[in-house]
Amino acid sequence: MKGMSPIVKNTASVVTAFVMMYGIYVTVTGHITPGGGFAGGVIIMAGVVLLVLSYGGDPIREVTAEGECHVLEGLGAMAFLLVAVIGLFGGAFFANWLGTGRPMELLSGGTILISNLAIGLKVAAGLTGIFLALVLAIRAAMPKE
Amino acid sequence: MGVAIYVLAFAFLLLGIYALVAKKNVVRIILGIAIVEYAVNLLLVLVGYRQGGIAPIVTREHPPADLVARAVDPLPQAMVLTSIVIGLGVTALAVAMATRLYEKYGTFDMNDIRDLRG
Amino acid sequence: MTIDLFILLLVGFMLVAGLIAVEARDLLSAVIAVGAAGFALCVIDLLLGAPDLAFPQVVVEIITLVLLIRMIVTRTDTSRQTPRDTLRTGAVLLAGGVILVVVFVAVGGLDGTGAMPAFGHPVVANAPAGPGTPPGVSAEYLARCTQDTGAANTVAGILLDYRAYDTLGEATVIFVSILGGYVVLRSIGRKREGEADAS
Repeated sequence: MKGMSPIVKNTASVVTAFVMMYGIYVTVTGHITPGGGFAGGVIIMAGVVLLVLSYGGDPIREVTAEGECHVLEGLGAMAFLLVAVIGLFGGAFFANWLGTGRPMELLSGGTILISNLAIGLKVAAGLTGIFLALVLAIRAAMPKE
Repeated sequence: MGVAIYVLAFAFLLLGIYALVAKKNVVRIILGIAIVEYAVNLLLVLVGYRQGGIAPIVTREHPPADLVARAVDPLPQAMVLTSIVIGLGVTALAVAMATRLYEKYGTFDMNDIRDLRG
Repeated sequence: MTIDLFILLLVGFMLVAGLIAVEARDLLSAVIAVGAAGFALCVIDLLLGAPDLAFPQVVVEIITLVLLIRMIVTRTDTSRQTPRDTLRTGAVLLAGGVILVVVFVAVGGLDGTGAMPAFGHPVVANAPAGPGTPPGVSAEYLARCTQDTGAANTVAGILLDYRAYDTLGEATVIFVSILGGYVVLRSIGRKREGEADAS
């Protein structure tokens, strides 16, 4: 998969940083404003899609591989489960074991913040991995005519 | 007008099921899956709408008592939020399987694939 | 009433886009029509007071568009229609018509009272539980979310505190579908390496 012209490459490398930061912002303030882990995860994945589309498949293949995305996705799922199991000691499965704090502040909501981060990591890493695998597979199976 | 909206949304769902069942091209079947996803999300969000409602987010202008009186139903929104991301996973899986089919048989047409099987 | 009219027009637009997606012979037009339906759904989400859904809907729809456009190599659909296809199409349309009539009766009701709540009056409006009406659990969520969980966003509070078990199920479903994708794609490219080594 060929990349695009140098104008697109330079613009994409700057814009992707902003897209990723926006994705992290949407994930972290998921309990105050609309958004949350799922929306932030897919936004981060969209940033990676932008990079892959503008640089082509080969430079991305040299930098990362699907194996790292496997590991990150597993870490995110394990963190979510850990939050749930620790709640088991607090009374019930998935009990909220941190204090609630004052609403509309960043550190409110108890375990909701940690769960948002874990789910954002899981969704972003998992979907990025499957997208990278698909891009390489489509390039191998269906050469562009 | 509410009945008309529901009927059109159901017709959209049936269009997706028709594409899933009666079409022969693999890409159209994947489009049918995507249309069924969108239609189900649309129907769930439509059921939860309250006339003149606001988003169910607590701010300084809308304390919780105000939300109970005026906000839309938050429960279908929570269910649809997960459904949207699951839809992306399912579409990625379907595209992976279609790529495999094309690599093995060289065509997207289900009639030809059925003849070439084995 | 104007919001209802906008929503009706947008749902009609989605229906037309769906028709183009199902019947067009050019596959690129079909994929772009589904993309247009996704955008219309994002605008409907914003009009219906659900900004939490508009975020992932537009991003997911764009990524689906990217995946599908890369996948269509043969641009036109050259499949034939056999008599069994026509029979099956007729059966699907008949079943669809029956379902539509049932929905119409359930929503509108032949005598004025329907089974489905009318558009704009959801079950949450039945907040005080009476003898005939079910208790609206959404009213409880709206009233008590901030003091129980401390989250200002009620939808995030429902997803990650009141109904966190469903979120665990959803994480599992995404995990399994991505795993299935990896398993299906594992041997693409491996056969080519095998041939290159053998030759």
